[in-house]
Amino acid sequence: MAITVKFFASLRERMECEGVAIDAQYARTIAEVWQQVAGGEPLPADLLMAVNMEYAEPDSVVQDGDEVAFFPPVTGGGHDH
Amino acid sequence: MTIEIRAGAFDPWRELADFQQQMTGKCGKYGATTVFVGTMRDFNEGDEVRGMFLEHYPQMTEKYLEKITLEAAQRWELLDMLIIHRVGEILPDDPIVLVAAWTVHRAAAFEAARYLIEELKSRSPFWKKEWLPERERWVIKNTPAG
Repeated sequence: MAITVKFFASLRERMECEGVAIDAQYARTIAEVWQQVAGGEPLPADLLMAVNMEYAEPDSVVQDGDEVAFFPPVTGGGHDH
Repeated sequence: MTIEIRAGAFDPWRELADFQQQMTGKCGKYGATTVFVGTMRDFNEGDEVRGMFLEHYPQMTEKYLEKITLEAAQRWELLDMLIIHRVGEILPDDPIVLVAAWTVHRAAAFEAARYLIEELKSRSPFWKKEWLPERERWVIKNTPAG
């Protein structure tokens, strides 16, 4: 089994892929998932993250079969910012 | 209560009329309806904007819109709610989002609709990428309502 990792928006472009799967034994928290996929880049302070489509924190625990997502601050709604 | 992610253009006024027509059991029960329509502008931060792509995280978006409507239903006595949010390629003057709330009294209708759009903007996973004449850029963040 594995942890599915997804990237969205500007992060997806920067990572040059929509997502990857990692072996669950190498990551117990979201921060450790990031270490596995980011090639040594520190976790950006403004990056948002989710586990199984619920917002989470870097120290949130992950397990086999989870879907982890990383993405920049959200900008939905009208064009009135 | 209806939540919809729409990949194509929509007419918010027609959607409202159609939705309200189906609220047959609630006829005579609501005294106030508030509507918010967010529309695409042809400018932003001093630049001409020719269009945009609106990306979302399928399923998580719907999940959070549902959470937000359930929270609103706990805070106000809502007879019904409608949210339609566009994704994909959008052009200036296109409606992006429709939020409507039906209540007995107007205060709750205004407050609930405000809550729905503000929470949608801050928590639902959508991202806008604007097309400027010479380049594209991601919208970095939503500013608070003001």
